[in-house]
Amino acid sequence: MGIIIGIFEEGMIYAILALGVLITYRILDFPDLTVDSSFPLGAAVSAILTVNGMNPLLTLPIAALAGAVSGLVTGLIHVKCHVRDLLSGIITMTGLYSINLRIAGRANLPFFNMETLFDNGFTTSFPTFLQPYSKMIVVLIVLLLVKLLLDLFMKTKAGFLLRAVGDNQTVVTTLAKDSGLIKIEGLVIANALVALAGAVMAQKNRVFDISMGTGAIVFGLAAVIIGMNLFKNISFIKGTTAAIVGSIIYKACVAAALSMGLVPQDLKLITAVLFLLILVLGGVHKKKVKFRA
Amino acid sequence: MLELRDVSKVYSPGSVNENCLFRHFSLSIPDSQFVSVVGSNGSGKTSMLNMLCGSIPVDEGQILMGSQDITKIKDFKRYRNIGRVYQNPAMGTCGSMTILENMSMADNKGKSFGITPGVNKRRIDEYRELLQKLGLGLEDKLHTPVGALSGGQRQAMALLMSTMTSIEFLILDEHTAALDPKTAELIMKLTDRLVREKHLTTLMVTHNLRYALEYGDRIIMLHEGHIVLDKAGEEKANLALDEILALFNQISIECGN
Repeated sequence: MGIIIGIFEEGMIYAILALGVLITYRILDFPDLTVDSSFPLGAAVSAILTVNGMNPLLTLPIAALAGAVSGLVTGLIHVKCHVRDLLSGIITMTGLYSINLRIAGRANLPFFNMETLFDNGFTTSFPTFLQPYSKMIVVLIVLLLVKLLLDLFMKTKAGFLLRAVGDNQTVVTTLAKDSGLIKIEGLVIANALVALAGAVMAQKNRVFDISMGTGAIVFGLAAVIIGMNLFKNISFIKGTTAAIVGSIIYKACVAAALSMGLVPQDLKLITAVLFLLILVLGGVHKKKVKFRA
Repeated sequence: MLELRDVSKVYSPGSVNENCLFRHFSLSIPDSQFVSVVGSNGSGKTSMLNMLCGSIPVDEGQILMGSQDITKIKDFKRYRNIGRVYQNPAMGTCGSMTILENMSMADNKGKSFGITPGVNKRRIDEYRELLQKLGLGLEDKLHTPVGALSGGQRQAMALLMSTMTSIEFLILDEHTAALDPKTAELIMKLTDRLVREKHLTTLMVTHNLRYALEYGDRIIMLHEGHIVLDKAGEEKANLALDEILALFNQISIECGN
């Protein structure tokens, strides 16, 4: 039972990240590697602010804002300096590593004795029978809020342009709009969500660790691709719903692999091999996977 | 008025493949004129359109729109006054978005794309009416993704979308070339109707000499960056298909085609 709750908790936190990846990979068709560093960026910001006594809930929007800035940097490098999409992300990702260390002050910043997003007056007020699920409920609230806002945004004029720029840049240009700016906007929103996921993860584990972002992009891509393949014939399922379900399934697969005798050191290997399996089985590699460097 | 004044354009300068396509090229199109442009491959037709729209920069000379010099203005800003339809029907619409969503975007051109509902429900009836005029049954498929439509249907939509808002100039880049003859005819008729209704200053590149003669007020033939034929009004009306074809063949033979 504990394992299943754990899968849902972490699966739903990574689902917030997957929603960000959904924007860059699926909508903008932009392989954004910034994610590997914007995820720990959110964690670092949330951790250091919590350690310094800020209300954990308030650290979330600030972490998202920091993520937004990292997306802005990648966007500016790509659009204004005309650097390839993949390389722009790599540049920001690499630079952010040092910045994350500076923000947190060290590579590992625990905050075991502090009030967190999951351990405060609100969660302790839950009735006893709900206590085991309290973390899950908090994550669910954050996730549903993000999903709802994103779904609403996609139906606005600005959301239309975002979808259009990934689909057909020419249309956006002939609509007299700067397609570069809209790409930047997409990267900003996506990395804000990724950093938010990182912040929630840090709050749950009560620790920031510099290595927590390694493979984050793989997790996000796997979640989006699983979701897309699962629901490709069901048109009324939204992309956001698919990404969330994909994220939980992927987390369950990783957990299953671990329970079959593999040790936590193997985690990233499992993540990578499972991702490869999904790409091959899903036939996604045949379509346009724009991973050219 | 749309004008190219003393424009020069060199491709791959400094290399062995240096190719001077335009040398001090000038063309002026008065308001509300419908110009057909013909010419063999490599004659500079599409390059001319791209220079006008800002898709490629010019090396020398000026581009004027109305009385404004737009030579240094970015492409997306120029499109505030320009509608453009491409040869590839997929270029003018977003395939993953529905007909209604595409129409709504086109309808909002020139306004801000903010955090307000993407589809204005009060306008839906008007979109339906516009689509109905195409006679392709699209008015009943508002929620179908455009990617599921045929090439002809997509091109009709692209044409409709490019002329939905109040633009002054319409650029047509072989927009019937990828369609079957019947659909091409339909798109040409629609083009003519829209151009006349909205008094658009239009530049239409085509490989179909018959369309070039039949439609429009003026015909231009380009060859290696020069205008070799330029007839308007009465003169154009008296031009026979054979004469153009003869001139066209003569040019093509020079090129060794």
